[in-house]
Amino acid sequence: MIAIIDYRAGNLTSVRLALEYIGAPCEITSDPSRVLADERVIFPGVGAAAEAMKNLTEFGLIEPIRELVATGKPFLGICLGTQVIFEFSEEDGGTPCIGLVPGSVKLFTPSEPACKIPQIGWNTVEFKRSLCVGADSPPTHTKIERSLCVGADSPPTHTKIERSLRVGANSPPTHSDLASETHPLFEGIENQSEFYFVHSYYPAPSDPGWIVGETDYAGARFASAIGRGNLFATQFHPERSGRIGLRLLDNFARWDGKC
Amino acid sequence: MLTKRIIPCLDVRARKVTKGVRFKGNIDLGDPIEMAISYSDGGCDELVFYDITASAEYRPIDIEMVREVARVIHIPFAVGGGIRGLEDMQRVLLAGAEKVSVNSLAVENPSIIAEGAKVFGRQCIVLGMDPVGTADTARFPSGYEITIRGFRDRTGLDALEWAKRAEELGVGEIVVNSVDADGTRDGFELNLTRLISTNVGIPVVASGGAGNPQHLIEVFREGMADAAIIASMIHTGEYTIAGIKKDLALAGVPVRKKW
Repeated sequence: MIAIIDYRAGNLTSVRLALEYIGAPCEITSDPSRVLADERVIFPGVGAAAEAMKNLTEFGLIEPIRELVATGKPFLGICLGTQVIFEFSEEDGGTPCIGLVPGSVKLFTPSEPACKIPQIGWNTVEFKRSLCVGADSPPTHTKIERSLCVGADSPPTHTKIERSLRVGANSPPTHSDLASETHPLFEGIENQSEFYFVHSYYPAPSDPGWIVGETDYAGARFASAIGRGNLFATQFHPERSGRIGLRLLDNFARWDGKC
Repeated sequence: MLTKRIIPCLDVRARKVTKGVRFKGNIDLGDPIEMAISYSDGGCDELVFYDITASAEYRPIDIEMVREVARVIHIPFAVGGGIRGLEDMQRVLLAGAEKVSVNSLAVENPSIIAEGAKVFGRQCIVLGMDPVGTADTARFPSGYEITIRGFRDRTGLDALEWAKRAEELGVGEIVVNSVDADGTRDGFELNLTRLISTNVGIPVVASGGAGNPQHLIEVFREGMADAAIIASMIHTGEYTIAGIKKDLALAGVPVRKKW
Protein backbone atom coordinates (compact mmCIF):
# COMPACT_ATOMS: atom_id res chain seq x y z
CA MET A 1 0.00 0.00 0.00
CA ILE A 2 1.21 3.48 -0.91
CA ALA A 3 0.25 6.30 1.46
CA ILE A 4 -0.45 9.60 -0.31
CA ILE A 5 0.02 12.20 2.40
CA ASP A 6 -2.87 14.67 2.58
CA TYR A 7 -2.02 17.89 4.40
CA ARG A 8 -4.53 20.14 2.62
CA ALA A 9 -1.99 21.21 0.03
CA GLY A 10 -3.79 20.89 -3.24
CA ASN A 11 -5.70 18.34 -5.16
CA LEU A 12 -4.56 14.74 -4.77
CA THR A 13 -6.99 13.26 -7.27
CA SER A 14 -4.51 13.09 -10.13
CA VAL A 15 -1.91 11.28 -7.99
CA ARG A 16 -4.50 8.74 -6.87
CA LEU A 17 -5.84 8.21 -10.39
CA ALA A 18 -2.34 7.72 -11.81
CA LEU A 19 -1.57 5.06 -9.17
CA GLU A 20 -4.91 3.35 -9.74
CA TYR A 21 -4.20 3.34 -13.45
CA ILE A 22 -0.93 1.46 -12.99
CA GLY A 23 -2.62 -0.91 -10.56
CA ALA A 24 -0.76 0.24 -7.44
CA PRO A 25 -2.92 0.13 -4.28
CA CYS A 26 -2.94 3.48 -2.50
CA GLU A 27 -4.73 5.49 0.16
CA ILE A 28 -4.99 9.22 0.74
CA THR A 29 -4.35 9.86 4.41
CA SER A 30 -3.51 12.55 6.98
CA ASP A 31 -3.10 9.97 9.73
CA PRO A 32 0.54 9.72 10.94
CA SER A 33 0.05 6.10 11.98
CA ARG A 34 -1.13 5.14 8.47
CA VAL A 35 1.76 7.01 6.94
CA LEU A 36 4.16 5.08 9.17
CA ALA A 37 2.43 1.74 8.60
CA ASP A 38 2.21 1.79 4.81
CA GLU A 39 4.88 0.18 2.72
CA ARG A 40 5.81 3.34 0.80
CA VAL A 41 4.91 7.01 0.84
CA ILE A 42 4.17 9.73 -1.67
CA PHE A 43 4.45 13.29 -0.37
CA PRO A 44 2.76 15.54 -2.97
CA GLY A 45 1.54 19.10 -2.68
CA VAL A 46 0.62 22.26 -4.51
CA GLY A 47 0.49 25.64 -2.84
CA ALA A 48 2.65 27.81 -0.61
CA ALA A 49 5.41 26.71 1.77
CA ALA A 50 4.28 28.52 4.94
CA GLU A 51 0.73 27.16 4.80
CA ALA A 52 2.12 23.69 4.07
CA MET A 53 4.45 23.75 7.07
CA LYS A 54 1.63 25.01 9.28
CA ASN A 55 -0.67 22.18 8.16
CA LEU A 56 2.05 19.54 8.51
CA THR A 57 2.68 20.71 12.06
CA GLU A 58 -1.05 20.67 12.90
CA PHE A 59 -1.47 17.16 11.53
CA GLY A 60 1.57 15.96 13.48
CA LEU A 61 3.18 14.74 10.27
CA ILE A 62 6.66 16.23 10.44
CA GLU A 63 8.23 13.73 12.85
CA PRO A 64 6.61 10.72 11.14
CA ILE A 65 8.01 11.92 7.80
CA ARG A 66 11.51 12.22 9.30
CA GLU A 67 11.11 8.81 10.90
CA LEU A 68 9.91 6.96 7.82
CA VAL A 69 12.69 8.42 5.69
CA ALA A 70 15.23 7.40 8.33
CA THR A 71 13.92 3.83 8.40
CA GLY A 72 14.56 3.32 4.69
CA LYS A 73 10.97 3.31 3.44
CA PRO A 74 10.63 4.29 -0.24
CA PHE A 75 9.68 7.97 -0.27
CA LEU A 76 8.63 10.10 -3.23
CA GLY A 77 8.24 13.87 -2.91
CA ILE A 78 6.38 15.80 -5.61
CA CYS A 79 6.41 19.58 -6.25
CA LEU A 80 5.64 21.38 -2.96
CA GLY A 81 6.29 18.10 -1.13
CA THR A 82 9.80 18.21 -2.58
CA GLN A 83 10.31 21.84 -1.63
CA VAL A 84 9.34 21.48 2.02
CA ILE A 85 11.81 18.65 2.67
CA PHE A 86 14.61 21.18 2.15
CA GLU A 87 15.95 23.21 5.07
CA PHE A 88 14.50 26.51 3.98
CA SER A 89 12.26 28.12 1.37
CA GLU A 90 12.38 31.73 0.22
CA GLU A 91 8.61 31.65 -0.14
CA ASP A 92 6.31 33.67 2.13
CA GLY A 93 9.12 35.91 3.29
CA GLY A 94 11.28 32.93 4.26
CA THR A 95 9.97 29.65 5.66
CA PRO A 96 11.98 27.14 7.70
CA CYS A 97 11.15 23.66 6.35
CA ILE A 98 11.57 20.01 7.34
CA GLY A 99 15.28 19.83 6.55
CA LEU A 100 15.75 16.33 5.18
CA VAL A 101 17.76 17.71 2.26
CA PRO A 102 20.54 20.25 2.78
CA GLY A 103 19.88 23.44 0.83
CA SER A 104 17.07 25.83 0.10
CA VAL A 105 14.24 26.61 -2.29
CA LYS A 106 14.58 29.77 -4.37
CA LEU A 107 12.35 32.03 -6.45
CA PHE A 108 12.97 32.22 -10.19
CA THR A 109 14.32 35.65 -11.05
CA PRO A 110 14.34 35.84 -14.85
CA SER A 111 16.36 38.56 -16.50
CA GLU A 112 14.31 38.13 -19.67
CA PRO A 113 10.86 39.80 -19.41
CA ALA A 114 9.36 37.30 -21.86
CA CYS A 115 10.07 34.52 -19.37
CA LYS A 116 6.83 33.83 -17.52
CA ILE A 117 6.53 32.94 -13.83
CA PRO A 118 5.25 30.40 -12.85
CA GLN A 119 6.87 27.97 -15.21
CA ILE A 120 3.93 26.04 -16.61
CA GLY A 121 4.46 23.23 -19.06
CA TRP A 122 6.77 20.47 -20.23
CA ASN A 123 10.49 20.87 -19.74
CA THR A 124 13.44 18.58 -20.31
CA VAL A 125 15.00 16.67 -17.44
CA GLU A 126 18.62 15.72 -17.89
CA PHE A 127 19.44 12.72 -15.76
CA LYS A 128 22.51 12.98 -13.59
CA ARG A 129 24.67 10.22 -12.29
CA SER A 130 23.06 9.08 -9.09
CA LEU A 131 25.25 9.33 -6.01
CA CYS A 132 24.01 6.01 -4.74
CA VAL A 133 25.49 4.32 -7.78
CA GLY A 134 29.05 5.15 -6.99
CA ALA A 135 31.75 4.19 -4.61
CA ASP A 136 29.46 2.36 -2.21
CA SER A 137 27.61 0.13 -4.61
CA PRO A 138 28.75 -1.38 -7.89
CA PRO A 139 27.27 0.05 -11.09
CA THR A 140 24.18 -1.91 -12.01
CA HIS A 141 24.67 -2.18 -15.74
CA THR A 142 22.39 -5.17 -15.90
CA LYS A 143 19.43 -2.87 -15.42
CA ILE A 144 19.74 -1.63 -18.95
CA GLU A 145 19.01 -5.10 -20.27
CA ARG A 146 15.57 -5.09 -18.71
CA SER A 147 12.62 -4.69 -20.93
CA LEU A 148 11.41 -1.19 -21.60
CA CYS A 149 7.90 -2.49 -21.50
CA VAL A 150 6.04 -2.72 -18.26
CA GLY A 151 4.34 -6.04 -18.44
CA ALA A 152 7.12 -8.20 -19.76
CA ASP A 153 8.75 -8.56 -16.38
CA SER A 154 6.11 -7.21 -14.06
CA PRO A 155 3.77 -9.14 -11.80
CA PRO A 156 0.19 -9.92 -12.87
CA THR A 157 -1.21 -7.08 -10.75
CA HIS A 158 -0.01 -4.75 -13.46
CA THR A 159 -2.26 -6.20 -16.12
CA LYS A 160 -4.67 -3.35 -15.44
CA ILE A 161 -2.54 -1.27 -17.73
CA GLU A 162 -4.47 -1.18 -20.94
CA ARG A 163 -2.08 0.91 -22.90
CA SER A 164 1.59 0.07 -22.84
CA LEU A 165 3.75 2.24 -20.66
CA ARG A 166 6.50 1.86 -23.16
CA VAL A 167 8.09 5.24 -23.32
CA GLY A 168 8.78 6.98 -26.57
CA ALA A 169 6.38 5.01 -28.71
CA ASN A 170 6.99 7.52 -31.45
CA SER A 171 10.75 7.22 -31.21
CA PRO A 172 12.00 4.01 -29.59
CA PRO A 173 14.98 4.77 -27.39
CA THR A 174 18.28 3.20 -28.22
CA HIS A 175 20.40 1.74 -25.48
CA SER A 176 22.85 4.58 -25.71
CA ASP A 177 20.08 7.02 -24.78
CA LEU A 178 19.45 5.23 -21.53
CA ALA A 179 21.89 6.30 -18.89
CA SER A 180 22.75 3.15 -17.00
CA GLU A 181 23.94 5.07 -13.98
CA THR A 182 20.86 7.18 -13.52
CA HIS A 183 18.51 6.63 -10.65
CA PRO A 184 16.44 3.38 -10.60
CA LEU A 185 13.24 5.45 -10.71
CA PHE A 186 14.26 6.69 -14.17
CA GLU A 187 14.68 3.15 -15.41
CA GLY A 188 13.10 2.65 -18.82
CA ILE A 189 12.79 6.40 -19.35
CA GLU A 190 14.86 8.06 -21.98
CA ASN A 191 17.30 10.70 -20.77
CA GLN A 192 16.24 14.28 -21.68
CA SER A 193 12.58 13.34 -21.53
CA GLU A 194 10.11 16.13 -20.86
CA PHE A 195 8.03 16.24 -17.67
CA TYR A 196 5.20 18.56 -16.61
CA PHE A 197 6.10 21.47 -14.30
CA VAL A 198 4.03 24.11 -12.51
CA HIS A 199 6.09 26.21 -10.09
CA SER A 200 7.60 29.59 -9.24
CA TYR A 201 10.25 28.33 -6.79
CA TYR A 202 12.94 25.73 -7.42
CA PRO A 203 15.03 23.38 -5.28
CA ALA A 204 18.70 24.26 -4.76
CA PRO A 205 20.52 21.50 -2.84
CA SER A 206 23.74 22.70 -1.20
CA ASP A 207 25.34 19.33 -1.95
CA PRO A 208 25.25 18.60 -5.71
CA GLY A 209 25.51 14.91 -4.87
CA TRP A 210 21.75 14.94 -4.27
CA ILE A 211 20.93 15.97 -7.84
CA VAL A 212 19.64 13.17 -10.08
CA GLY A 213 17.90 15.34 -12.68
CA GLU A 214 18.48 18.88 -13.92
CA THR A 215 16.34 21.37 -15.83
CA ASP A 216 16.87 24.86 -17.26
CA TYR A 217 14.41 27.69 -16.75
CA ALA A 218 14.54 31.47 -16.32
CA GLY A 219 18.32 31.50 -16.54
CA ALA A 220 18.65 28.92 -13.77
CA ARG A 221 19.79 25.33 -14.05
CA PHE A 222 17.99 23.72 -11.16
CA ALA A 223 17.60 20.33 -9.50
CA SER A 224 14.34 19.01 -10.95
CA ALA A 225 14.91 15.61 -9.32
CA ILE A 226 16.86 14.80 -6.19
CA GLY A 227 17.61 11.50 -4.53
CA ARG A 228 19.67 9.70 -1.97
CA GLY A 229 19.03 6.27 -0.52
CA ASN A 230 15.29 5.70 -0.14
CA LEU A 231 14.42 9.36 -0.70
CA PHE A 232 13.48 10.54 -4.18
CA ALA A 233 11.79 13.81 -5.00
CA THR A 234 10.80 15.71 -8.12
CA GLN A 235 9.87 19.30 -8.82
CA PHE A 236 7.81 18.09 -11.79
CA HIS A 237 4.53 16.19 -11.63
CA PRO A 238 4.96 12.54 -12.67
CA GLU A 239 1.21 12.03 -12.25
CA ARG A 240 0.64 14.62 -14.99
CA SER A 241 3.54 13.64 -17.25
CA GLY A 242 1.79 11.10 -19.43
CA ARG A 243 3.24 7.65 -19.99
CA ILE A 244 6.71 8.72 -18.94
CA GLY A 245 5.39 9.91 -15.60
CA LEU A 246 3.35 6.73 -15.14
CA ARG A 247 6.51 4.75 -15.77
CA LEU A 248 8.29 6.68 -13.01
CA LEU A 249 5.39 6.00 -10.62
CA ASP A 250 5.40 2.35 -11.63
CA ASN A 251 9.14 2.20 -10.93
CA PHE A 252 8.43 3.75 -7.52
CA ALA A 253 5.60 1.31 -6.76
CA ARG A 254 8.09 -1.55 -7.19
CA TRP A 255 11.21 0.13 -5.81
CA ASP A 256 12.97 -1.41 -2.82
CA GLY A 257 14.28 1.99 -1.71
CA LYS A 258 17.82 1.13 -2.65
CA CYS A 259 19.98 2.44 -5.42
CA MET B 1 14.11 24.16 -22.37
CA LEU B 2 10.46 24.81 -21.63
CA THR B 3 8.51 23.63 -24.66
CA LYS B 4 5.59 25.29 -26.41
CA ARG B 5 2.36 23.48 -25.62
CA ILE B 6 -0.07 22.20 -28.25
CA ILE B 7 -3.55 21.93 -26.76
CA PRO B 8 -6.42 20.29 -28.64
CA CYS B 9 -9.73 21.85 -27.75
CA LEU B 10 -12.78 19.65 -27.45
CA ASP B 11 -16.10 21.49 -27.50
CA VAL B 12 -18.44 19.04 -25.84
CA ARG B 13 -22.24 19.18 -25.96
CA ALA B 14 -24.29 16.30 -24.63
CA ARG B 15 -21.18 14.08 -24.54
CA LYS B 16 -20.26 14.70 -28.14
CA VAL B 17 -17.38 16.74 -29.48
CA THR B 18 -18.64 19.41 -31.85
CA LYS B 19 -17.05 22.15 -33.89
CA GLY B 20 -18.48 25.30 -35.40
CA VAL B 21 -17.28 28.44 -37.13
CA ARG B 22 -17.43 31.63 -35.08
CA PHE B 23 -19.45 29.77 -32.46
CA LYS B 24 -22.15 28.73 -34.96
CA GLY B 25 -23.20 25.80 -37.11
CA ASN B 26 -21.78 23.07 -34.91
CA ILE B 27 -21.46 19.51 -36.18
CA ASP B 28 -20.74 16.37 -34.14
CA LEU B 29 -17.24 14.98 -34.45
CA GLY B 30 -16.99 12.09 -31.99
CA ASP B 31 -16.80 10.72 -28.48
CA PRO B 32 -14.87 13.00 -26.08
CA ILE B 33 -13.26 10.17 -24.11
CA GLU B 34 -12.02 8.36 -27.20
CA MET B 35 -10.73 11.58 -28.70
CA ALA B 36 -8.99 12.53 -25.44
CA ILE B 37 -7.18 9.18 -25.35
CA SER B 38 -6.26 9.41 -28.99
CA TYR B 39 -4.82 12.93 -28.71
CA SER B 40 -3.03 12.17 -25.44
CA ASP B 41 -1.45 9.05 -26.94
CA GLY B 42 -0.71 11.09 -30.05
CA GLY B 43 1.46 13.55 -28.15
CA CYS B 44 -0.66 16.55 -27.27
CA ASP B 45 0.65 18.42 -24.23
CA GLU B 46 -2.63 19.26 -22.59
CA LEU B 47 -6.34 19.20 -23.40
CA VAL B 48 -9.18 21.61 -22.89
CA PHE B 49 -12.87 20.76 -22.70
CA TYR B 50 -15.38 23.57 -23.17
CA ASP B 51 -19.06 23.92 -22.43
CA ILE B 52 -19.38 20.39 -21.24
CA THR B 53 -22.92 20.83 -20.07
CA ALA B 54 -25.04 17.71 -20.05
CA SER B 55 -27.44 19.49 -22.35
CA ALA B 56 -27.53 22.77 -24.24
CA GLU B 57 -28.86 25.17 -21.62
CA TYR B 58 -28.76 25.53 -17.85
CA ARG B 59 -27.73 22.02 -16.96
CA PRO B 60 -24.95 21.24 -14.51
CA ILE B 61 -21.50 20.29 -15.73
CA ASP B 62 -21.15 16.70 -16.86
CA ILE B 63 -18.93 15.83 -13.91
CA GLU B 64 -19.02 12.12 -14.68
CA MET B 65 -17.39 12.89 -18.01
CA VAL B 66 -14.63 14.85 -16.27
CA ARG B 67 -14.03 11.85 -13.97
CA GLU B 68 -13.84 9.51 -16.91
CA VAL B 69 -11.34 11.71 -18.73
CA ALA B 70 -9.20 11.94 -15.59
CA ARG B 71 -9.17 8.15 -15.28
CA VAL B 72 -7.87 7.56 -18.79
CA ILE B 73 -5.45 10.39 -19.52
CA HIS B 74 -2.54 11.47 -17.36
CA ILE B 75 -1.63 14.82 -18.83
CA PRO B 76 -3.10 18.13 -17.64
CA PHE B 77 -6.54 19.13 -18.82
CA ALA B 78 -8.74 22.16 -18.29
CA VAL B 79 -12.50 22.38 -18.15
CA GLY B 80 -14.43 25.50 -19.09
CA GLY B 81 -17.96 26.57 -19.78
CA GLY B 82 -20.83 26.17 -17.41
CA ILE B 83 -18.79 27.11 -14.32
CA ARG B 84 -21.18 29.03 -12.09
CA GLY B 85 -19.08 29.52 -8.98
CA LEU B 86 -16.59 28.14 -6.47
CA GLU B 87 -18.59 25.00 -5.94
CA ASP B 88 -18.45 24.09 -9.61
CA MET B 89 -14.72 24.83 -9.66
CA GLN B 90 -14.20 22.48 -6.75
CA ARG B 91 -16.24 19.68 -8.32
CA VAL B 92 -14.30 19.91 -11.56
CA LEU B 93 -10.89 19.99 -9.85
CA LEU B 94 -11.72 17.17 -7.44
CA ALA B 95 -12.93 15.10 -10.40
CA GLY B 96 -9.36 15.30 -11.68
CA ALA B 97 -9.10 18.36 -13.92
CA GLU B 98 -5.84 20.28 -13.54
CA LYS B 99 -7.40 23.64 -14.35
CA VAL B 100 -10.75 25.32 -14.56
CA SER B 101 -11.44 28.01 -17.10
CA VAL B 102 -13.76 30.96 -16.46
CA ASN B 103 -14.92 33.42 -19.08
CA SER B 104 -18.35 35.08 -18.86
CA LEU B 105 -18.52 34.36 -15.14
CA ALA B 106 -15.29 36.28 -14.52
CA VAL B 107 -16.58 39.33 -16.43
CA GLU B 108 -19.82 39.34 -14.46
CA ASN B 109 -18.15 38.60 -11.14
CA PRO B 110 -14.38 39.33 -11.24
CA SER B 111 -13.95 38.46 -7.57
CA ILE B 112 -14.48 34.79 -8.51
CA ILE B 113 -10.91 34.84 -9.87
CA ALA B 114 -9.41 35.99 -6.58
CA GLU B 115 -11.58 33.58 -4.60
CA GLY B 116 -10.74 30.63 -6.84
CA ALA B 117 -7.02 31.44 -6.77
CA LYS B 118 -7.06 31.69 -3.00
CA VAL B 119 -8.88 28.40 -2.45
CA PHE B 120 -7.35 26.25 -5.21
CA GLY B 121 -4.13 28.04 -6.17
CA ARG B 122 -3.73 30.40 -9.07
CA GLN B 123 -2.25 27.72 -11.32
CA CYS B 124 -5.73 26.12 -11.37
CA ILE B 125 -7.55 29.22 -12.56
CA VAL B 126 -7.52 30.02 -16.27
CA LEU B 127 -9.15 33.10 -17.74
CA GLY B 128 -10.74 32.51 -21.11
CA MET B 129 -11.39 35.67 -23.08
CA ASP B 130 -13.15 36.25 -26.40
CA PRO B 131 -11.96 39.60 -27.76
CA VAL B 132 -13.30 41.05 -31.01
CA GLY B 133 -11.53 43.70 -33.07
CA THR B 134 -12.98 47.20 -32.98
CA ALA B 135 -12.15 50.47 -34.72
CA ASP B 136 -13.22 52.42 -31.65
CA THR B 137 -9.75 52.86 -30.18
CA ALA B 138 -10.92 55.81 -28.14
CA ARG B 139 -12.99 53.49 -25.97
CA PHE B 140 -10.80 50.42 -26.52
CA PRO B 141 -7.11 51.45 -26.66
CA SER B 142 -5.97 47.91 -27.47
CA GLY B 143 -8.32 47.79 -30.46
CA TYR B 144 -10.17 44.81 -29.01
CA GLU B 145 -13.33 44.56 -26.95
CA ILE B 146 -14.18 41.60 -24.72
CA THR B 147 -17.33 39.69 -25.64
CA ILE B 148 -19.06 37.05 -23.55
CA ARG B 149 -21.58 34.24 -24.04
CA GLY B 150 -20.00 33.02 -27.22
CA PHE B 151 -19.75 36.43 -28.91
CA ARG B 152 -23.40 37.18 -28.16
CA ASP B 153 -22.80 40.07 -25.76
CA ARG B 154 -20.31 42.93 -25.81
CA THR B 155 -19.01 44.03 -22.43
CA GLY B 156 -17.41 47.46 -22.90
CA LEU B 157 -14.15 46.01 -21.54
CA ASP B 158 -10.85 46.63 -23.30
CA ALA B 159 -9.07 43.30 -23.91
CA LEU B 160 -5.65 44.34 -22.62
CA GLU B 161 -7.03 46.11 -19.57
CA TRP B 162 -9.09 43.05 -18.73
CA ALA B 163 -6.07 40.76 -19.12
CA LYS B 164 -3.98 42.89 -16.76
CA ARG B 165 -6.80 43.12 -14.26
CA ALA B 166 -7.33 39.36 -14.32
CA GLU B 167 -3.61 38.82 -13.74
CA GLU B 168 -3.77 41.08 -10.69
CA LEU B 169 -6.85 39.25 -9.45
CA GLY B 170 -4.91 36.01 -9.62
CA VAL B 171 -5.43 33.97 -12.79
CA GLY B 172 -2.56 31.61 -13.59
CA GLU B 173 -2.94 31.66 -17.34
CA ILE B 174 -4.96 33.45 -20.04
CA VAL B 175 -6.51 31.84 -23.11
CA VAL B 176 -6.93 34.50 -25.78
CA ASN B 177 -9.57 33.31 -28.20
CA SER B 178 -9.98 35.62 -31.16
CA VAL B 179 -13.63 35.85 -32.11
CA ASP B 180 -12.68 37.05 -35.59
CA ALA B 181 -10.38 34.08 -36.21
CA ASP B 182 -12.32 31.32 -34.43
CA GLY B 183 -12.93 28.34 -36.64
CA THR B 184 -11.72 30.11 -39.80
CA ARG B 185 -8.48 28.13 -40.08
CA ASP B 186 -6.92 31.26 -41.57
CA GLY B 187 -4.31 31.63 -38.85
CA PHE B 188 -4.17 33.07 -35.35
CA GLU B 189 -4.65 36.73 -34.74
CA LEU B 190 -0.99 37.46 -34.11
CA ASN B 191 -1.24 41.12 -33.08
CA LEU B 192 -3.82 40.36 -30.44
CA THR B 193 -1.85 37.40 -29.07
CA ARG B 194 1.42 39.34 -28.94
CA LEU B 195 -0.25 42.35 -27.36
CA ILE B 196 -1.59 40.30 -24.46
CA SER B 197 1.40 38.00 -24.09
CA THR B 198 4.02 40.73 -23.92
CA ASN B 199 2.02 42.76 -21.42
CA VAL B 200 1.33 40.14 -18.77
CA GLY B 201 3.73 38.03 -16.71
CA ILE B 202 1.72 34.81 -16.88
CA PRO B 203 1.49 32.29 -19.73
CA VAL B 204 -0.77 33.14 -22.67
CA VAL B 205 -2.50 30.49 -24.73
CA ALA B 206 -3.44 31.52 -28.27
CA SER B 207 -6.75 30.27 -29.60
CA GLY B 208 -8.79 30.61 -32.75
CA GLY B 209 -7.73 30.26 -36.36
CA ALA B 210 -5.24 27.36 -36.39
CA GLY B 211 -5.40 25.75 -39.81
CA ASN B 212 -1.92 24.44 -40.54
CA PRO B 213 1.47 24.01 -38.84
CA GLN B 214 2.74 27.29 -40.28
CA HIS B 215 0.08 29.12 -38.28
CA LEU B 216 1.46 27.59 -35.11
CA ILE B 217 5.03 28.50 -36.01
CA GLU B 218 3.83 32.10 -36.50
CA VAL B 219 1.89 32.30 -33.26
CA PHE B 220 4.87 31.07 -31.23
CA ARG B 221 7.44 33.20 -33.02
CA GLU B 222 5.55 36.38 -33.82
CA GLY B 223 2.58 36.08 -31.48
CA MET B 224 4.86 35.26 -28.50
CA ALA B 225 2.34 32.67 -27.31
CA ASP B 226 3.34 30.16 -24.63
CA ALA B 227 0.84 27.59 -25.84
CA ALA B 228 -1.67 27.25 -28.65
CA ILE B 229 -5.07 25.67 -28.98
CA ILE B 230 -5.92 23.68 -32.08
CA ALA B 231 -9.20 22.08 -33.08
CA SER B 232 -10.49 21.64 -36.64
CA MET B 233 -7.09 20.93 -38.17
CA ILE B 234 -6.72 17.74 -36.14
CA HIS B 235 -10.40 16.89 -35.66
CA THR B 236 -10.73 16.48 -39.40
CA GLY B 237 -7.71 14.17 -39.48
CA GLU B 238 -5.92 16.43 -41.89
CA TYR B 239 -2.97 16.85 -39.50
CA THR B 240 -1.60 14.81 -36.62
CA ILE B 241 -0.03 16.22 -33.48
CA ALA B 242 3.18 14.31 -34.21
CA GLY B 243 3.31 15.81 -37.69
CA ILE B 244 2.65 19.32 -36.41
CA LYS B 245 5.36 18.97 -33.79
CA LYS B 246 7.82 17.73 -36.39
CA ASP B 247 7.23 20.89 -38.43
CA LEU B 248 7.55 23.07 -35.34
CA ALA B 249 10.81 21.38 -34.35
CA LEU B 250 12.20 21.86 -37.87
CA ALA B 251 11.35 25.55 -37.58
CA GLY B 252 13.27 25.73 -34.31
CA VAL B 253 10.26 25.96 -32.00
CA PRO B 254 10.89 23.88 -28.85
CA VAL B 255 8.29 21.11 -28.52
CA ARG B 256 7.91 17.99 -26.41
CA LYS B 257 9.27 15.13 -28.46
CA LYS B 258 8.93 12.06 -26.25
CA TRP B 259 5.65 10.69 -25.00
